[in-house]
Amino acid sequence: MAVHATHDLTREYRRTVPSTWWLKRRTYFLFMLRELTALFVGGYAAFLLVLLLLDQATFASVLKSPVSLVLHLIALPMVIYHSVTWINLTPKVLVIWRGEEQVSPTLILLVHYAAWGVISLAILGLAIWLCGGKTI
Amino acid sequence: MARIETTSKAVLDVFRYRPDEDSEPRFERFEVPFHEDWVVLDALHYIKDHLDGTLSYRWSCRMGICGSCGMMIDGEPKLSCSVFLRDYYPRPIRVEPLANFPVVRDLVINLEDFLDKLGQVKAWLIPKEPREAADGEYKQTPGELAHYRQYSMCINCMLCYSACPVYAKHPEFVGPAAIALAQRYNLDSRDAGFDERADAIFSHEGIWECTFVGDCTRVCPKHVDPAGAIQQAKVTATNDWFWSLLVPWGKRRSRAPAHEQNGGAAAGHRDAQQDQLVSSQSK
Amino acid sequence: MTRSNEPAVWSLFSAGGVVAAFVFPALMIVTGLAAFFGWVAPAELYSVLQHPLTRVCLFVCIALPLFHWAHRFRYTVADLGLEGHDKLLSIVCYGLASVGTLLAAVLLIFR
Repeated sequence: MAVHATHDLTREYRRTVPSTWWLKRRTYFLFMLRELTALFVGGYAAFLLVLLLLDQATFASVLKSPVSLVLHLIALPMVIYHSVTWINLTPKVLVIWRGEEQVSPTLILLVHYAAWGVISLAILGLAIWLCGGKTI
Repeated sequence: MARIETTSKAVLDVFRYRPDEDSEPRFERFEVPFHEDWVVLDALHYIKDHLDGTLSYRWSCRMGICGSCGMMIDGEPKLSCSVFLRDYYPRPIRVEPLANFPVVRDLVINLEDFLDKLGQVKAWLIPKEPREAADGEYKQTPGELAHYRQYSMCINCMLCYSACPVYAKHPEFVGPAAIALAQRYNLDSRDAGFDERADAIFSHEGIWECTFVGDCTRVCPKHVDPAGAIQQAKVTATNDWFWSLLVPWGKRRSRAPAHEQNGGAAAGHRDAQQDQLVSSQSK
Repeated sequence: MTRSNEPAVWSLFSAGGVVAAFVFPALMIVTGLAAFFGWVAPAELYSVLQHPLTRVCLFVCIALPLFHWAHRFRYTVADLGLEGHDKLLSIVCYGLASVGTLLAAVLLIFR
């Protein structure tokens, strides 16, 4: 690899990295937490898949079960953490140039958060409007 | 010889490794005079001048522009010329060589791998056609400059490589600075080397090993934002990939003729490395 | 080093990430809280899910996030210490996502 070495390469000291590396720094830990949200994203997608297999009665009893509530309550903060970290990284990926200037990253961020708000309200609103139960 | 007299002492725990004497590294504690305006580099100079002349470390400009004095200070990659003792005083400060590189001696690391990577990504201008000085200067608008200017601020200090957990585990990873520099040239209107660099950066060991931890951007003393550069490269690579899928006969992006590699050789590339690269081009 | 075909899975990962980010929290409130507390009636929700438009949306909400999970999980497992098994890991992760996608398509078309 080296074109010519000025020292004895066999005497170099190489430090090892433990598999607990992600616990050593706050930014690493938050990164790992972000990556682990994928489990809950995949988990909810699988849950939706399972719902498709059920008949109406089982469907209703599953959604009304305390187990479902608890699992949802555990997964919801993780999925929200996915949303927040995902949207926060969007300005780094979506770099748009208009002539000599870059479109403001803050603007891109605000637009995405606004879209998230609008889409979420639309889903909730649509659900309650189309499937409204007795208690609203 | 004038001695600096002061009552306050700052404490440094410095990583020591002497390949001819030690089989394992150790930490050595030094007490240096505490001054409000001293940085860690000043403390290291004091140690070398007055306490232990064998201490080895790299430094040059002492003003945060040459990129020579990178080291781990309390576990964080920093330029030792830019870290003030007063921000840690009176706690002892732990000083170690830059992480993720082999240690040659004390605080000196082997940075050959990084230099290799610079060659792999061809971190120099590859012009569209060969130019002579008589052809005159390149013309570039402020807007064209703005596209790559941020990435041109890299001082090759390698703090980003020390911060990157991917590079820590996968030394074949091309790494933050090299990819940011590839972007710097790809986005430069004078450059035509996009296709030349593609194999290096659009490979698995290039952008695709990055998992966007983002620590590289956090530690960069010049605000280059290599993480951003890598993600944008991923978008470019993806667009390129889909385009070549849909239009397989399509023209590849512009490239300079293979034999014109010395067109824009940047300062700091050793001749030996140039020869190696030129010979590997002609295959 | 050669150009990688990673864009194929990275684009699926990105699309899945976008779908999960924008749609999942609200959807989870619907299926997890609204249905449980009676803000929506499960029976009504069930009939809405039979509509072709809903089924198309559901497919997108299942398939893409599955690939998002697969891609991220593949890299996270390697980060956590299981090195050098990238090929096997990829086959397992993307394979599972593909099976889930296929199953979703079958169920949504034929049920």
